[in-house]
Amino acid sequence: MSTMTLPAQGMTAPEPRQRRRRGPRTSPLVYFVALVLVALTLGPVLYAVLGGFRTNAQLAENPAGLPNPWVLDNYAKVLTDDRFWTYALNSTVVAVLTTAMVVIFGLMAAYPLSRYRFKFREPLYMIFVTGLLFPATVAVIPLFVIISKDLGMSNTWWGLALPQAAFSLPMTIVILRPFLQAIPTDIEEAAFIDGAGRVSIFLRMMLPLSAPGLVTVGVLAFVSSWNAYLLPLLLMQGEMRTLPLGVADYSSEHSADTAGVFAFTSLAMIPAMIFFLAMQRRIVGGLSGAVKG
Amino acid sequence: MSQTTAAPPKGASEGVVEGGRSEERPPVTRPRKPRDWKMVVEIIAFTAPALILFAMFVVWPMLKAVQFSLFRWKGFGPLVDFVGLKNYISVLSNDVFIGALGHNLFIVVASIVIQLPLGIAIALLLNRKMRFQGILRTVVFVPYVLAEVIAGVVWFQLLQPKYGVIDSMLAVVGLQGPPQGFLGTPEYALWTVMVVITWKYLGLAIILFLAGLQGVPEELHEAAQIDGASWWQTQWHITIPLLGPTLRTWAFLSMVGSLQLFDMVWILTKGGPANATTTMATFLINEGTKRSNYGIAGAASVILFVIALTMALLYQRFVLRRDHATDEPKEKSR
Repeated sequence: MSTMTLPAQGMTAPEPRQRRRRGPRTSPLVYFVALVLVALTLGPVLYAVLGGFRTNAQLAENPAGLPNPWVLDNYAKVLTDDRFWTYALNSTVVAVLTTAMVVIFGLMAAYPLSRYRFKFREPLYMIFVTGLLFPATVAVIPLFVIISKDLGMSNTWWGLALPQAAFSLPMTIVILRPFLQAIPTDIEEAAFIDGAGRVSIFLRMMLPLSAPGLVTVGVLAFVSSWNAYLLPLLLMQGEMRTLPLGVADYSSEHSADTAGVFAFTSLAMIPAMIFFLAMQRRIVGGLSGAVKG
Repeated sequence: MSQTTAAPPKGASEGVVEGGRSEERPPVTRPRKPRDWKMVVEIIAFTAPALILFAMFVVWPMLKAVQFSLFRWKGFGPLVDFVGLKNYISVLSNDVFIGALGHNLFIVVASIVIQLPLGIAIALLLNRKMRFQGILRTVVFVPYVLAEVIAGVVWFQLLQPKYGVIDSMLAVVGLQGPPQGFLGTPEYALWTVMVVITWKYLGLAIILFLAGLQGVPEELHEAAQIDGASWWQTQWHITIPLLGPTLRTWAFLSMVGSLQLFDMVWILTKGGPANATTTMATFLINEGTKRSNYGIAGAASVILFVIALTMALLYQRFVLRRDHATDEPKEKSR
């Protein structure tokens, strides 16, 4: 898209301020629309968080009210519930395993695909790209059979992390390849001349230089593993369940306890939120990179 | 990527790394034979873990889905009851599946029709210089980061008949929700799911469009304004067309996502009431897990896959193709 700048170049006086300020439309109306947008976006989330501080009686009496008085019991109950922590641990371990595999194996595969020249390079790349076209849902029932019957890995952390990593690999490679391609070749050539081998170049130069890209794909893999529902639903039972499963089960088991459900749900959303806020730029960069490239 | 076919023979170019004008550089000279062999080993070593993982957990299950679809199998014992295309026939003549297909297509179309204009409008709005812009951009993205399950559970509570906050807010303006709740009434259920999906995914559209807007050069706006174009004219004739590739790619992602929609529906309605919100995914999960009809589930999977692939290829062929002409320079600039 950046090539589009060419035709317009030199046509204009450089007065960027003027353009922005122009027009009567950056008006209260714009702020009003923005406010409505924020209310609609955050409203349900805030309602759930605040709902956790109310009692069911309060919720039934006045659904749209604020906590009065504020009740900590619901949150306390969830935080002292062993199951909550078990699910959180499962989610964390699975997400970490998934992310580690995605980042390491993805980078390793992206490296030759971006910087080696060989006959089967593009076909090899296409194998991964077509992975983007496979809806994971399609494979989920056979995957369940394979993991549970053929491999005997149902209800294990690895049994969930391995297929999740496999399904994250295509996107990872598609993001990382252009990223590696953009690293200047001179560095490598200089290293070659100094007698370094491919592997040592990979470890000592490509790895650190591609760190920003790795963070992006890592965050994407982590968040999608953390949020996953369908695969854990089929593969993980009882004590091995992950947080999203826990939330869904809690919600249906305690359907009358709305305040409790809100507390459980709100606590379950915290980790992904924090992680996201910390890594926001990288996620957005990664997504738009994937869309553009 | 046609340049690979035109690449000089291996021996001459090996060692010279890809990315840019490597042909112009003098090749780094090194003995040919051992290097070639070593390179092959390296390529295999580097790609093997990813390939093995991909083959085991993506390709193999896909093939298994095809295999299952040809048998009547309840999950016990060996696959012996070969039924040919019978499962396909029974899936395609199943009203629930056909209904599900209709719902998926509705969601594909509705997602684009609703989210595209809204997303563009909001992205243009947020692209203006205004206070709290950074916060706004973060806030808009929040629903997207939530797990679908979590968003679904929250909305399920909000939408509860009578005691839910939505109904009580409607009561304030003198309206009344349906007695069975929005999710419990067949006529409203799919639209309600659609509203929740829009809430969840609009932020993604906005963020992607905003990123696309970064690529629209300001000079063009200035030029248009010097020529006397109004703000709206500038957006309509310049910004939105230049956003084309981003919009088309977003629409593609949205389509693929809509076709495999599962989590949200499962949490909100389980496909009900009276199958009013079944999707192909909830259908096949239901058949596969609840009823252990692996053959039927396999056939539904393959049909879902064929539909998704056909749509993807058609879209690629007729819509995305024009973006590909600009692929090469773009790649180098990134």
